[in-house]
Order: sequence, then C-alpha cells, then structure tokens
Amino acid sequence: MRRGEVHALLGENGAGKSTLMNVLYGLHQPDEGEILLRGEPVRIGSPREAIGMRIGMVHQHFMLIPVMTVAENVVLASEPRRGPLLDVSTAEQRVRELSERFGLTVDPRARVGDIGVGQQQRVEILRVLHRGADLLILDEPTAVLTAQEIAELFKVLRTLTAEGVSVIFITHKLREVLEIADRVTVLRRGKKVETVATEGATEASLAKLMVGRDVLFRLEKRSTQTGETLLEVSDLEVDDERGLPAVRGLSLQVRAGEIVGVAGVDGNGQSELVEAITGLRAPRAGHVRVGGKDVTGTGVRGALAAGIGHIAEDRHRRGLVLDFSLAENLALREYRRAPLSRFGLLSPKRMQRQAKPLLEQYDVRGGQPGTTAGSLSGGNQQKVVIARELAEEPQVTVAAQPTRGLDVGAIEFVHRRLLEQRDANRGVLLVSLELEEIRSLADRVLVIYEGRIVAELAPDVTDEEIGVAMLGGTVRSP
Amino acid sequence: MTNPALGGGGEGPGSVTVASRMSGYLRGGGVLVPVMTALLAFAFGGLVVLATGANPISTYKAIFEGSGLNWLFPWVSGEDRLLAGLNLQQTLILTAPLILTGLAVAFAFRAGLFNIGGQGQYLVGSFAAVYVGSSLDGLPALAHVVLAIVAGCVVGGLWAGIAGLLKATTGANEVITTIMLNWTAIYLGKYAFGLNGPLQNSDPTQQSIPVSNDVLASAKLPVFWGDPELQGLHIGIFIALLVTVLFWVLLNRSVTGYEVRAVGFNPDAAEYGGINAGRSYVKVMVICGVLAGLAGAIDVLGWQFRVATNDIDVSLIGFYGIAVALLGRNTAVGTVIAALLFGALLNGTSVRNLDPTIFDPQLATNLATIIQGLIVLFVSAPVLVTYLPDRLRRRRRRKSQAVATVEAG
Repeated sequence: MRRGEVHALLGENGAGKSTLMNVLYGLHQPDEGEILLRGEPVRIGSPREAIGMRIGMVHQHFMLIPVMTVAENVVLASEPRRGPLLDVSTAEQRVRELSERFGLTVDPRARVGDIGVGQQQRVEILRVLHRGADLLILDEPTAVLTAQEIAELFKVLRTLTAEGVSVIFITHKLREVLEIADRVTVLRRGKKVETVATEGATEASLAKLMVGRDVLFRLEKRSTQTGETLLEVSDLEVDDERGLPAVRGLSLQVRAGEIVGVAGVDGNGQSELVEAITGLRAPRAGHVRVGGKDVTGTGVRGALAAGIGHIAEDRHRRGLVLDFSLAENLALREYRRAPLSRFGLLSPKRMQRQAKPLLEQYDVRGGQPGTTAGSLSGGNQQKVVIARELAEEPQVTVAAQPTRGLDVGAIEFVHRRLLEQRDANRGVLLVSLELEEIRSLADRVLVIYEGRIVAELAPDVTDEEIGVAMLGGTVRSP
Repeated sequence: MTNPALGGGGEGPGSVTVASRMSGYLRGGGVLVPVMTALLAFAFGGLVVLATGANPISTYKAIFEGSGLNWLFPWVSGEDRLLAGLNLQQTLILTAPLILTGLAVAFAFRAGLFNIGGQGQYLVGSFAAVYVGSSLDGLPALAHVVLAIVAGCVVGGLWAGIAGLLKATTGANEVITTIMLNWTAIYLGKYAFGLNGPLQNSDPTQQSIPVSNDVLASAKLPVFWGDPELQGLHIGIFIALLVTVLFWVLLNRSVTGYEVRAVGFNPDAAEYGGINAGRSYVKVMVICGVLAGLAGAIDVLGWQFRVATNDIDVSLIGFYGIAVALLGRNTAVGTVIAALLFGALLNGTSVRNLDPTIFDPQLATNLATIIQGLIVLFVSAPVLVTYLPDRLRRRRRRKSQAVATVEAG
C-alpha cells in the first residue's frame, strides 16, 4: 500500500475482503500474522486505536445519527466545546473547511436524515477525515449509489489522493476497479491471488484472477420461438407502503420462451409491480392472469399455485429465513403439501431428502441440508433461492434484481439458469436496475417510469436510448 | 414491504425488539450459558445471604433439603426420607404450573412475540376452572375434571387471543397489551370473588370471606403420591410433562410450528412463503393462553381448590414463567429443567420448609425473587455471563499459539 494511491481489494463474495478490513480497523483480532504500518509492526486492538493510527473506515452501512445535523455527525466523539456546550459554529466552520479542501460539498446544517445516500456517504468520509485519517478504507462504497453519485465519489477520491490520502477500495465490481484504482489486489477464498497494476488489466483478466477460470460476461443466446402468452398484466394499479399510487395503469405480457426485461431507475414502481404479480400486495385495480387464469387478489398461495416463481429482490428479507436450515428454506413454498407434510405434521426426513439433490444440482457450496442459511455466502444463498423457485418449473419466473450483490461467477450462474427457463419454453420477467443485465438477457426491454411502461425497445438499442426513456424522455423510433 | 398490520410500525428485520433479542438468545450457545447464568445468579444470591450475616453454603444446603430434592439420593433413609418425600411432592406441585407458564412464554418467543401476560392468562384459567369445578354437581368425576380443565384452557386462550388479535389488526405491541390484560385479570378476579361479587362463595356462614366456592370432589385431580388430605402430589405434573411433549411436536414437527418459527425469525420471508403473519400471531397467542390457562386450572383443581382474592394479589406463577422460559432457552426440555429449578427454589425457601435457625424464611422468600430477577437480568444482558468464557477461550487460543511458535522455533 503506497501513499496517495487508490488500492482496490477485489474478490468474490466470501473471499475475505471485509474480514481483512475489519482486522485493519481493529474490529477483529488476527489469529496469526502481523500488520505493518509505515514500516512498523502494529497491533490494532480496537477501532479507537485504529483512529489513533490515522486509519479511517467507511462501512457499507452508514453509521450516522439521522436526527443530528451533518456538522454534529462529523465532529461526533471529538466535539469542539465551549464550556460544557457543543461549539456549533466552530463545528460548522471545520466541516466547511474540510469539505472545501476535498471538494466534498455538503450543507453542514442539514439533518442527516433529510439528505440523500450519496450525501450521507460524504458525511461519513468527512467524519473520518476530521479525525485526521490518512488511510481511508471504503467497504463497497458504490453499492448504494446511483451512476451519477458514483462519478462524483470518484472525483472526490481523486482529490483525496492528490492531497496524499491513501484509499483502500473494497468492491466486486470490475469496471470500478479499472476506473479508479491504481493497483488492485485480488483475493480468493481468503488468500491473496495477486496484486497487479490496473494499467493494462482488463475486466476479463481480473475476473479470471477472481474466480480462477474464464468467465463469460455475455452468454450465448439461442434464438427461440415465442409462444402463447403466459403472464398478462392489464391496467394494474398498485399503492405503495404509504398508500400513494406506485403502479399506475400498467400493462405487460410475457410469452412462453422469452425473457422480458423491465428497466428503470429505482423507485419507479418496480417493487410494487413485482409484489402485485407474486401476490404479496393486493392491487387497487387491474388484473394479473397466468395462462389465462385470473389470479388477482388470490395472494401468495394463489400466485404460486398458478405457476409463478419469484426470485425476491432482497434475499435476506424476503427470500430466506436465515435462521432456518437449508432444507427448511427449500421447503418454504411447499411445506404445506405432501410429501413434505401430512395431516399437519412435517417430515424432516423427506425435507432433507428433497434438499440434497437440489443443493447439488444448483451447486450450493458450503452447505448441507442441515446448515443454517445465514452461514452461507451471498452467492450461495441466492443459489438456494433459485433452486427453490425453479425446481417447481414455474410457468413464469419473476426475477427481481436476481444478481444484486453477487460476484461475477455467481452472476453467470444466475443468468444461465434464467436463460434455461426461456429455452425450456417458459417465461421470465426480469426486473433489474442493471442495464447491462437486461440488455444481455432480455428479448424485449420495457422501460418503467413513474409506474407506467413508457417504452418498449429491442435489447440492442444504445444505452443512451434506454437511459432517456428511463428518465421519462420520449424515444424517437428510428 | 412490511405489512403495517403486522409489523407494528418499524419492526423490520434488523430493528431490535425485546422479543427479537430474546429469540436471539435462544439461538446462540448451548447448555453452558444457561448453566452459567443460574450459577452466577445463585452466587450473587449467596452474597446477599452473606450480607445478612448468615452462611450461604449452609443456607443453600437447607434450601436444597427444603425442596426435597435430597429424596433422589438413595442414602437418605428413614425419617429424613419421609420428610424429603413430602417436600419433593410440594416442589413438584409447584413445578407443574411453572412448566406450563414457562412454555406459554417460550412459545411466544419462538414466534417473535413477548408474552408478558402469562400471569393474567393463568388467573383467568383458574377462575374458569374453579367456576366449572365448583358448579355442575353430580357430574361423573372424569367428565367433571376434563370439563373444568377445558374451561381453564379455553378462557386462557381467548384472553391471550385478545392481545394477538390486537397485534394482527392494529399493530398494538403485545408487550403492552398483555401487561394491561394482566391487570384486567387481577381486578376482574378481585371483583368476581370479592365481597358481594358475583362469584363469591354461596356458603351463608362465610359471607365475610372473599373466596370462591370450593371445587367439588368430582372435579379434583387425583393424588398419586402422598396423602390427599395432606396436599399430596396430584397428576398435574404428568399433564404438564405430556403437554411439554406436545409442545415439542407442535413446534418442531408440525406445519403450524414451521409457520410460527418462520414468522418469528423473519415475518417478511414467511409472508413470501404464503404465511399470513397476522393470523399466525393470533394463533400463537391463543396457544400461549391455553398453556397458561391450563396451569391455572391444574393449580385450582389439584391443590388450591378455591380462588381467594388474597391469593390473586400474591400469585407470581405466571411471572416466574418468563424466567423459566428464558433460562430454559425457550426449548421444551430446557423449560422443564428450569421449572424444576424454580419449583425447588420457591418451595425450599418457603416459610414452611426452611429451618429458621439457618436462615430467616421471610428473607429467603425474597432470596428466591432476587435470584429470579438476576436470571432475567443476566439473560437480557448475556455479556455479563459470556464475558468470562470468552476471555478464557481467547487466552487459551493465545497460549496454544505461543506454544506452536515455540515448537516451530
């Protein structure tokens, strides 16, 4: 690690990136080995000691107090005082100085709860800088940001390194590594594979180091004949959590043998659409038909019985019961029926017997039927979800953000499975924020904006064309 | 999307509720932590004994003998054995309802709910059982007992069901509603069985006494060990053990149990599996109420035979159920063991059983409450207990590493 460089730490889910950084920040203690800081071996016993050594960490999940102002959050734990009172004006002054010096514009008086995620991240970085850190650890900083915010973050990082601050950048996104990092260290299964300069490296070469084999970014797509309409959504209107309309008169069809991609900026009604189709949320108006049968308002069980599989957006919240064993999780959709249960009594033996081949078939690593789902890595957890949803051979699979937070190897696996569904003459509705994913998988691309489908495009149109439609602009047909 | 009717506002995953903390406690560690918890609580209790000027070791020995657990030792014989047997009968009489109120709390924890209402459910169960048990004269014995028990279960279940229904429909926090229902049950009982209350006894010579009618002989639980006239051991303990087995099957082997546990761990994922979390909450609370109501019924039909307003005030069986469930890690077997521990402690420290020359029984009764409180405290803040083993483990690891380095060098 050199002064003033951006050093990326790249690895698959569960490769040990976060653990390594937690050791550096004093949250975990190493079992053996030593850390050299500025040439000296050091023992970092706690985050407090780490701060003393001018190491600062910005976690993936921010540790800010939403009801306090930006300035108050930044100076927390090293407040300027006037007598027993917090010296607010000095605090704000300091924040203003820091933000000017590093180009991190934020309003010191704004309440943290009121500002956006990108701004909150700046507050986190400011806080670390305020404590005098010159080694900054960023744990997956781009996971929560939009493309625009990511570009701004990178600008900030360049200013920081110009000022002599060193940055460790943890990620599993190859493109970002190439864009911002000077050098990159690739980890696989807790071991360093190699440290290389990003100059001359390509996405493919990094992916190979990371996974240990060649990775196909774009899978071969066989051309298929689309058949009858499997899923028909007509004039659907769905309210969100707060009772405000989120989906406003949306119609779409998914035919047999096609993947329909729904592209859009987050928060344009995608979640509500998915929940309405899969029976989790009752629509206010409109219909959902599967194979001609109206399943509107029949709930999760109705949608399931009609043949809708659902790869949920958030596998931790929806897709899995992390404290349940894998066998129990695999039974989540059909525990009510024989052979898994009879006369209201479960058969753990049959649940195990069902789980074993599924885990093998879907290549779930690091887990037996009896292991708890929470102990698996993210990619393997998602494989469990997919195994459960696809094992039933659903007519239509609704896949919401199916590769979020996964590494390249797992992404390839998920994409392959979705294409298999399509090739088996079933339908897939793919809702994703990753344009690249939609373009590479979908046969038709629908663009959702403010709860309506505003454009239908072929997957080979340019990013700009989709982008304009996603922001509500009109697309001129070529 | 958390259904607002279910989540009670902001109880998504990640947000820490008391119930989620407690269900977290049951997941971590094995047998060691509860054993340490109990030992630590007893050690602190010993300090209290010491502070009063008595000898903690002989005090605990006297409590142990007062509980009758020495009956299990084959070398205790003659007069001592007879006395130990009598004491053990009393301990087990207390253990039976403790198992049931413990299960009533444990079942709720497993479903992500905190049932503090065991006391109220226990009370209304005893009210219903005493009413049925003291009326319906002329019924055959078996039918009368069964009917009285069922009455206790049903009323207990309905009582707790109110809290479940309120949570499912309005999101009202079950901690608050069950506490309120406890008070409602207490005052309901004091009114119903109090002077001139609608259920006060009908004996003209006892109109100045605020008690219920006595349970009729046909509704009394049979005594199988000891003298029925001297409060021998009734079959309630077997009922409690049988229900424990049913509890285990229901929780671990039934479709309902699967749903309950899924909702307890993650309501959103349960919903995704087609489980209606709101309905599950109602179901769970009703089952909890049935368990606690059954405890009230067997106490009334087994040895109390009446409900007196004085007893309503001092009864703590339902509250002890919380400590029993927590110490037993909300498992079936753990609850039975913890209930036996508390049964022995309560009986061993009772005025009747403790030798006053060793430790003042008035103080000893408080000692039981202190130990109970410490156990709840240690369970709520497990760091207090796990600090020591963690420290030892770390030191051992460091030592073994040092050894490894030496050997390597």
